[in-house]
Amino acid sequence: MVRFILRRLLQVIPVFIGTTLLVYYMVFALPGDPIAALFGDRQPPQAVIDTLRSQYHLDEPFWVQYGLFLRNLFTFNLGNDFTGQPIAATLARVFPVTAMLAVEALIIQAVFGVAFGVFAGLRRGGWFDSTVLVASLVVIAVPTFVLGFVFQLIFGVNLGWAKPTVGASADWGNLLLPAVVLGLVSFAYVLRLTRASVSESMNADYVRTATAKGLSRPRVVLAHILRNSLIPVVTYLGANLGGLMGGAIVTEGIFNVPGVGNKLYQAVLRTEGPTIVSIVSVLVLVFVAANLLVDLLYAWLDPRIRYDQ
Amino acid sequence: MRFTRTSKALGIVAIAALALTGCGAGGGSNDGASQSAGDPNKVITAYNSEPQNPLLPANTNETNGGRVINLLFEGLRSYDPDGKAVNALAESIESPDAQNWTIKIKPGQKFTNGEAITAKTFVDTWNFAANSTNLQNNSFFFESIAGYEDVSAVTTEKSADGKTTTTPAPTAESMSGLKATDDSTLTVKLAQPEADWSLRLGYSAFYPLPSAALKDPKTYGENPVGNGPYKLEKTGAWVHDQSISLVKNADYNGTRPAKNGGVTFKFYTDPSPAYTDLQADNLDITDVLPSNATKTYVTDFQDRNATKPVATNGTLNIPGYNPNFQGEAGKLRRQALSYAINREEITKVVFNGTRTPAKAFAPPVIDGFKADLKGSEVLKFDAAKAKDLWAQAEKIQPYDNSKPLQIASNTDGGHKEWIDAVANGFKNNLGIQAEIQPFAKFAEVLNLRKSQELPGLTRAGWQGDYPSLYNFLGPVWATGASSNYEKYSNPEFDKLLQEGLAAKTTDAANDKFNQAQEVLFEDLPGLPLWDYAKPIVWSNNVVKAETGWNGEILYYNITAK
Repeated sequence: MVRFILRRLLQVIPVFIGTTLLVYYMVFALPGDPIAALFGDRQPPQAVIDTLRSQYHLDEPFWVQYGLFLRNLFTFNLGNDFTGQPIAATLARVFPVTAMLAVEALIIQAVFGVAFGVFAGLRRGGWFDSTVLVASLVVIAVPTFVLGFVFQLIFGVNLGWAKPTVGASADWGNLLLPAVVLGLVSFAYVLRLTRASVSESMNADYVRTATAKGLSRPRVVLAHILRNSLIPVVTYLGANLGGLMGGAIVTEGIFNVPGVGNKLYQAVLRTEGPTIVSIVSVLVLVFVAANLLVDLLYAWLDPRIRYDQ
Repeated sequence: MRFTRTSKALGIVAIAALALTGCGAGGGSNDGASQSAGDPNKVITAYNSEPQNPLLPANTNETNGGRVINLLFEGLRSYDPDGKAVNALAESIESPDAQNWTIKIKPGQKFTNGEAITAKTFVDTWNFAANSTNLQNNSFFFESIAGYEDVSAVTTEKSADGKTTTTPAPTAESMSGLKATDDSTLTVKLAQPEADWSLRLGYSAFYPLPSAALKDPKTYGENPVGNGPYKLEKTGAWVHDQSISLVKNADYNGTRPAKNGGVTFKFYTDPSPAYTDLQADNLDITDVLPSNATKTYVTDFQDRNATKPVATNGTLNIPGYNPNFQGEAGKLRRQALSYAINREEITKVVFNGTRTPAKAFAPPVIDGFKADLKGSEVLKFDAAKAKDLWAQAEKIQPYDNSKPLQIASNTDGGHKEWIDAVANGFKNNLGIQAEIQPFAKFAEVLNLRKSQELPGLTRAGWQGDYPSLYNFLGPVWATGASSNYEKYSNPEFDKLLQEGLAAKTTDAANDKFNQAQEVLFEDLPGLPLWDYAKPIVWSNNVVKAETGWNGEILYYNITAK
């Protein structure tokens, strides 16, 4: 177990260097002069431009820039973004907001997805199953941004149940609407995954045995059917957490959530290499941690799985 | 000044969403008795985005920071809603020769931290702003003052690989032309006479700063202390990427008293969510509309919108290095291009009236503007004339039609639509190929403009810094000027500008500037396209709002219900 975790953690190193290098290079290769982009038609004195350029090492070749970034990273000094704000402070500001959003979305999709999926799977072909199947297909077919705008308009503007945007007041309540939008598509997938594996394990030998032993129906469903059905669902949810953390650009944009996605989008517009790669670095760690957690959950869900062979 | 370039990443979908608002927009206005009076203590929430720099007046050359700075500070002069400069901190501003200026400062003026504002405050602030080591973006606003070249001096080094690096190397700490004779008297000697110099004193670069700001500008810029109609609500009122909260400055006794209790700027990264917030009364006012709302805002916000002409214009610049547009044939072709643009129709169809066809190289809201200048007839659409001029040019030198004539522009600000219309005008009326040369970002176009590598025409825009004709001509078209990227140069134009600056009265100066414009109409280094109007919309919480001469909302004048 410990060896397994250590080995997985060691894998982080090549993954981390690979992704940051790739992302840094892509940002570096973007056309346009980021310092000139900070200003519009009215350019500042040349000394200002040149000082900024040397301050951010933009006049250095790629390898020097990337090396300096790595050095900064390992000395825990991420430096400043192009507007002079410390990047570390920015990360500390945006990640909690997005984490809140992601966790809320994850809870919504996990709780409702699994519950609906189990009910649908147990009564396969029933009216609930059919309704839910059609509804989930509609949700999957409609792109997130359409859902976002429509929900914003219905619940935010017309009904006034929620604030249409989040802005500075990012708390659990205000993030609920974007979290629902964000979690809805994955909710549909979780539902369908759960339904499929529940209806599959209903015919499994161990379920028949459990029923034959005279176990109560709830006991059979919760301890035998559900637990065994969760493996693919957990895999999906784990991979999804990373996506929710980094891929909420559209949702965060629609609801003006001051989180990771919004910041990343702005940083890309400004070709701010250090900010982009700093955010991506944290996202890489989140992905790796989430996947590790999923692997550890497997052993709990299915005792046959062992790590140290 | 920087242009707010709206992004339309989410735009296409927003159209669909906005179409839905037709059924649910409304909410109804509150026709209670409170409407007319307004609540003087209510706080207004307003659209903004994260300012780019610490909030120092001389360092703020973008609109996001500008909105805040202009509420936090008061200068020697300020601009009334029509763009007229009126004395604010200054009691009087006098000059016998347009070169030596004596400014009397009103007694008893204070920053909100209690520090007195005297003539010395201005001497120190301006010397700080002009000093090249302080790297202030707006430092060139002080270039007219005698001794500016000493404090702003730089050294330029050329490295082995041909790159040049400019480093600050001031040779003096203070400008020789700037003196405080006593607490209330400031004397300024300019390097040469400049009739419109006093018009600039309302611009943010000239605002006074308390002594703490000069010692540690970066720390100060996070929590600026000013002397304007508003002040920060508290230390840390600027929450980065989220909002900045201002409250009324009770001690303010200047020309722009606040009619509301405060202004909270909410930061957005895209104007679409702000527009939705306004529909739900979750935001009170915006001056930036999503590009898909330019046609719907009048119906979405009935009786809650206003559109006013502002001091901003757009041109289509023709680089002189393009061989197709050189010599006598080039001159005829430039005129032909101008005649081939149907400004009237494009402003109506594409811009829905938020632009008006250009009448000159400066917009009509600027003092001294004159329509019907000699040569301005090229701004009228005339297909026959365009064809004729083009044919004449063909006789002198055949046009290279092997590649389409490209019009360079960033496409993230809703520019594609009108450029397509202009290109079609060229195709249909001149029989040449024309198309947009799209760039993802403004910076890419700017770089190519600077390095003179654009194959065709380029879009340009200019927003006035202060309400003066010179500001629309000097920085853009004078030889070697800071924003003259196509490197247009005509000694006659430069001479007329200088004569205008040296004129004794504003009227005489404007005469010269208008003559200079006639030179531009003769040369056509750029084709004036249209002047901007700024639409704003507000929520049901606001009684009425308006914009000033430069399109900035007069936040202090807003009354809340």
